[in-house]
Amino acid sequence: MKNNWWKILSILLLLYAIIYGFIVEIPDSNIGDTLRNVFYHVGMWFAMLGVMFTGFVNSLKFLSKGDMYNDLKANQSVLVGVFFGLLGIITGMVWAEFTWGEPWANDPHLNGAAVSLLVYFAYLILRSAIPDEEKRARVSAVYNIFAFVILIVFVGILPRLSNDTLHPGSGDGNPAFGDMDAQMRYVFYPALIGWIMLSQWVLQIRTRSKVIEEFIEEKELNL
Amino acid sequence: MITEIKALFIKDLQLELKQKYAINSIVLYVLSTVFVAYLSYKGNIDATSWNVMFWIILLFAAVNATSKSFVQERPSRHLYYYTMAAPQSVIIAKILYNSLMMILIAIITFVVFQLFLGNMIVGNALFFAGLILGALGFASTLTMVAAIASRSDNNFALMAVLSFPLMLPFLLSLIKLSNIALQTSEFTAEAMKLLGMTFGLNLIVIMLSYLLFPYLWKE
Repeated sequence: MKNNWWKILSILLLLYAIIYGFIVEIPDSNIGDTLRNVFYHVGMWFAMLGVMFTGFVNSLKFLSKGDMYNDLKANQSVLVGVFFGLLGIITGMVWAEFTWGEPWANDPHLNGAAVSLLVYFAYLILRSAIPDEEKRARVSAVYNIFAFVILIVFVGILPRLSNDTLHPGSGDGNPAFGDMDAQMRYVFYPALIGWIMLSQWVLQIRTRSKVIEEFIEEKELNL
Repeated sequence: MITEIKALFIKDLQLELKQKYAINSIVLYVLSTVFVAYLSYKGNIDATSWNVMFWIILLFAAVNATSKSFVQERPSRHLYYYTMAAPQSVIIAKILYNSLMMILIAIITFVVFQLFLGNMIVGNALFFAGLILGALGFASTLTMVAAIASRSDNNFALMAVLSFPLMLPFLLSLIKLSNIALQTSEFTAEAMKLLGMTFGLNLIVIMLSYLLFPYLWKE
């Protein structure tokens, strides 16, 4: 219980966000009720950034200590991160279909997201290209650190530099949440925290099951 | 450290001057691709296409030129360097050498473009500032990616997959930058922002290479 409070908190926050996200009064804007998507779509990106950051930290740890567990966790982080990234793209496309009339508009945010996913797909390909475990762990840790820096450049810096984004609320600093009133923020921030916690939870379960899998494999080899 | 870098740099240079393989093949590559572009556009190319063609041809030339960085010499030779020099000197020397190559390739590509597709640049100073910074950025990113890819068995396939997404931040800001240079000769605020961005990316990549290369080098 001591270590699991955040999982319960995550469920409660997300329940609150899902239910209240549909009843909260939203400001009258030209995109109407589709604005509610911000509670779910933006959360995906924050969840992705969260797990990618975990992967980045684990890659750093691997390079300094050489513990294979860190490599396993970094790999799983990228898998979970790519999953949330794809969810972010899908929720964004559904929303874009309604608001912009097309699922894929030529927008710096979209292109940045697509490219950072490509970088991480390349990470997965790199892993499959090196058979030797120790070498694979080291090389992919180096690439992962590179990839995370590029990710930050793409989602954190490039969209802010460009003036021609279609995303609502840009132009006043933060590209993700611009014109929200106080009421919406009461739903938005808990939702973000909920999604970030949920993605970490998914990552924890995946890592654990992978560790068990490897343990069983080793046992079977020894028999 | 400086003497090590100098020795390694001169070693690479002499190797190239002796074989003249890399630079000749790149010149031929640039000539033939630009010629194909010239034949397909039949002389009526607009500024946007000129710009995009230029950077794409330069990008592929860069990938071709740098992919051999860590595989042209035998692994036993690398072991020898490993015992002789600090890994940081190895990567800095390689980046310096590749930067020199890239600047040369960029200038060659530009001259060949002048020849076949004409000059559309209005802001020469701005364009060349972008070209030099871009060549340096291509060189440093690709050197690091070549080091990563050389650790796997199929170097060339991996090189393309790994480098293209990583090069995109450079490529996007450079294409925007030369788009400005195609329209005006002034250093506009937007252009300065893009130049600063390219320069910053350069610094980040070189710093990361300096810090991370030792982990790739030891084996």
